[in-house]
Amino acid sequence: MTDTMTDTVTPGVAQRRELIAFRIGDQEFCVDIMSVREIRGWAPATPLPRTPSFVKGVINLRGAVLPIIDLGARLGLTTSEPTARHVIMVVHIGERTIGLLVDAVSDIINMSDDLVQPTPDVASDQVKTFVKGLFALEGRMVSLIALDRVLPETEAEAA
Amino acid sequence: MDPFESIKATFFQECDELLTDMESGLLAMEAGDDDSETINAVFRAVHSVKGGAGAFGLDELIRFAHIFETVLDEMRSDRLHLTDEVAKVLLRASDVLADHVAAARSGGSVDEGRTLGMIADLQGLIDQERAAELGLDGDGSDDGADEDFGFVPIVLSLDEPAADAPEVDVAALMAAATAPAGAPPQATTAAPAWLVTFRPKAEMYAKANETGLVLRELARLGDVEVVVDTAAVPPLDQLSAEQAYLSWTIRLRGEATESDVREVFEFVEDDCELIICRDGEPEAASAETPTVDDPESDAPASAVEAAAAAPLDLEALLARVQGEPAPEAAPPPAAMPQPVPEPAQAAPKADPANMDVAGLIALAEQASLDHVQAAAPPAKTEPKPDPKADARAERTAAAAGATAATPTIRVDLDRVDRLINAVGELVIQQAMLSQRVFESGLARSSDVALGLEDLELLTREIQDSVMAIRAQPVKSVFQRMPRLVREVADMVGKKVRLVMDGENTEVDKTVIERLSDPITHMLRNAIDHGLETPEEREAGGKAIEGTVRLAALHRGGRIVIEVQDDGRGINRPRVRGIAVAKGLIAEDAVLSDDEIDNLIFLPGFSTADVVSDISGRGVGMDVVKRSIQALGGRISITSEPSKGSKFSMSLPLTLAVLDGMVVSAAEQTLVAPLSNIVESLTPRAEDVHLVGGRDAVIRIRDTFVPLIDVGMALGFRDEPLPPASGVAVLVESEGGGKAALLVEAIQGQRQVVIKSLEANYQHIHGVAAATILGDGRVALILDVDALVTTSRRKAPRIEKRMAV
Repeated sequence: MTDTMTDTVTPGVAQRRELIAFRIGDQEFCVDIMSVREIRGWAPATPLPRTPSFVKGVINLRGAVLPIIDLGARLGLTTSEPTARHVIMVVHIGERTIGLLVDAVSDIINMSDDLVQPTPDVASDQVKTFVKGLFALEGRMVSLIALDRVLPETEAEAA
Repeated sequence: MDPFESIKATFFQECDELLTDMESGLLAMEAGDDDSETINAVFRAVHSVKGGAGAFGLDELIRFAHIFETVLDEMRSDRLHLTDEVAKVLLRASDVLADHVAAARSGGSVDEGRTLGMIADLQGLIDQERAAELGLDGDGSDDGADEDFGFVPIVLSLDEPAADAPEVDVAALMAAATAPAGAPPQATTAAPAWLVTFRPKAEMYAKANETGLVLRELARLGDVEVVVDTAAVPPLDQLSAEQAYLSWTIRLRGEATESDVREVFEFVEDDCELIICRDGEPEAASAETPTVDDPESDAPASAVEAAAAAPLDLEALLARVQGEPAPEAAPPPAAMPQPVPEPAQAAPKADPANMDVAGLIALAEQASLDHVQAAAPPAKTEPKPDPKADARAERTAAAAGATAATPTIRVDLDRVDRLINAVGELVIQQAMLSQRVFESGLARSSDVALGLEDLELLTREIQDSVMAIRAQPVKSVFQRMPRLVREVADMVGKKVRLVMDGENTEVDKTVIERLSDPITHMLRNAIDHGLETPEEREAGGKAIEGTVRLAALHRGGRIVIEVQDDGRGINRPRVRGIAVAKGLIAEDAVLSDDEIDNLIFLPGFSTADVVSDISGRGVGMDVVKRSIQALGGRISITSEPSKGSKFSMSLPLTLAVLDGMVVSAAEQTLVAPLSNIVESLTPRAEDVHLVGGRDAVIRIRDTFVPLIDVGMALGFRDEPLPPASGVAVLVESEGGGKAALLVEAIQGQRQVVIKSLEANYQHIHGVAAATILGDGRVALILDVDALVTTSRRKAPRIEKRMAV
């Protein structure tokens, strides 16, 4: 699928890594723990004008302006208004730092790369865009999120 | 790093500063400022460059700087008067000098032809006779430069700011150490001579010093004639093996200064009788003073020269001191400046940095008393004699001069950034803390609350100071432009005058660094495309010399750079024709003048008939626009046929503090830059009208301006706010367009820290940046210009297509 996938799903290179698993609705997802900077509770965000609906707005993270992406909405899942029980995962994506709004952080998983299976063809395009791969964990299915796709494309008219 | 290399790096850094000083001085001179202080400043800069170059043996650079300096010296001594022509030649000479510095730095070479041409031009400023006198004619110039080698290395240390790091002293020492060895002995008959009488005492030999070595060392400074005086030698039976009987008289010819000579005797001085004086040759005696660079200039010039690095007061002092002895004075007065360092040495370690002018006056007065004894210097009180007597004097002078200029330090930018970020967070935390404390119900007079108030003041102060560290005037970029303009103008054969405005406008350092390219491009474009040829201008009844104005200003929390020419303006039918021909717009497109003007920003558009070296490859404006957009900026053009065009680009002042009006609209807290705001008012329903049944305008006194519902414009609300229930804020945009922003309420005025949205997200139309309010929440800063423009241009068709 992409370069980023090949280096995480190359068969035979069974690199072990730690992942943070989190829930959105009744589904479970995960991201590499190394890209997560911190996890904090939901605080009301300042909405941004003219942004896609999955951009919840911006919050103040110790002086930095942090955009909040509703990951559920981004993945095309149904989403509800965030409450104090929701969680923001602060992640690094390239040079940027953003907050991902998820329902709850559930687990830290230690697993090796060769357990990751490519996303099957049955998945919708939207899911395929954001899900790098799947793996089974104690009978559950966990999807590995491709963080670099999460931010909206830089729009041409933004300038 | 190799210490020598690091000294060299420091030298080049200083060269940059010196060249900048020089250029700004020259520009002032071009503008007609013939104040002696300005000329002196330029002279000092060139002189210091030359001095430093001497220490590193950069011959080419020295040679050119020397000629340049000589011409400037002519100006200082009023033999050459400032005219427009002179200023222009000097400016071009400064460009060549900068080239030489650059070449020396990169180890490259300089266009020989250009240098020679420049030298010829410089010589042309001085009449032949005088040029010959100064040794500037033909090959004489080389001699002139060579003669300097003996002196210049020392100068490096002198012109260093007094607060300098120790390695500079190392530089001076190294320079001093290498100088005598490096200076070729000169045997010209005209060379001045020193007469040294050297009578060692027995103690000298007891300390294992040897006359032979001293004499050999002395011989390195120039041609020596040594005569031994054996008169004191007793008959053999009375001779004591441990006594000293011999004395020597050495006549030294060459370029050595007295301090050079003294240096040779440094280790034996206390153990001998030493008399150093000028040899009695009259022409040599009157020509030379130790601090003079050019031994061939006559005495009055020397007096001025001696004060080269000194500010006016000091110059006057020295002149006074110099003036006391009779003009045709022979040896003792000729060595006159020498006493100055003597008391300086007696002063507690004579720290030049702490030396004030008053102190100098005292020294000078003492010196004038002392100078009678100058022929036979008083016995030293310090064991270590001053190795660089004149150096000390000049250094002191330089230090006194340095008090006028603010001392600076160089700091790694990363450190400043860290500090700024930390302070930004401190400010917000402090504001949040205050708010929490008041929310907790503590009385405003409680100790905690009072303490918090003090903390707030302190925090503000820290913030202001920290912001000021990073903000820099755009001067550093602007200063490079005159040269560019001269070169481009020469290349296209046009006469151009560059007028600069607002050089002191401050903007964040990161922005400054990226301003240079767009400005360069716009200036080139203005000269190449904007201005007409001199003939066309004449025919059109304009001044032959075109004017290009480069201005910087703060507007609406942004920095605006304007490049304006008084040229032909945009040829709209032609621009349109080209755009159609290139398929950039449809043939029947209806475009306003404004839109046609903006076509030049389309990729692949170029109106130049001939592709020139300078611009006209059709990448220009498109690239400029994109690079500015990448910075979160905008560029626009206004043009009037045959009157000229004006490009304005506006860029955000990242990290700057903004004075803003905090307003609320659609339950959101927003900040409008105060600089955009003209007034605020409560609209009355009868003042609001709908144009075409749709676009609201509001009558303010006798003008109608568009009424923009901020909540709707930003998409926070679908239903318009009834005008009467809100507050209208009249704003003026960058383009001068006015509009009224309709908000629900004004909360107050506040200074806010600008936080970039682009850093973690992306640019949003209508939003300039974000900030963090006292409650810790993020508030958006309105981009007033974007709001006004959007409302004015409801169908931004062209705009869309241009944004690729």
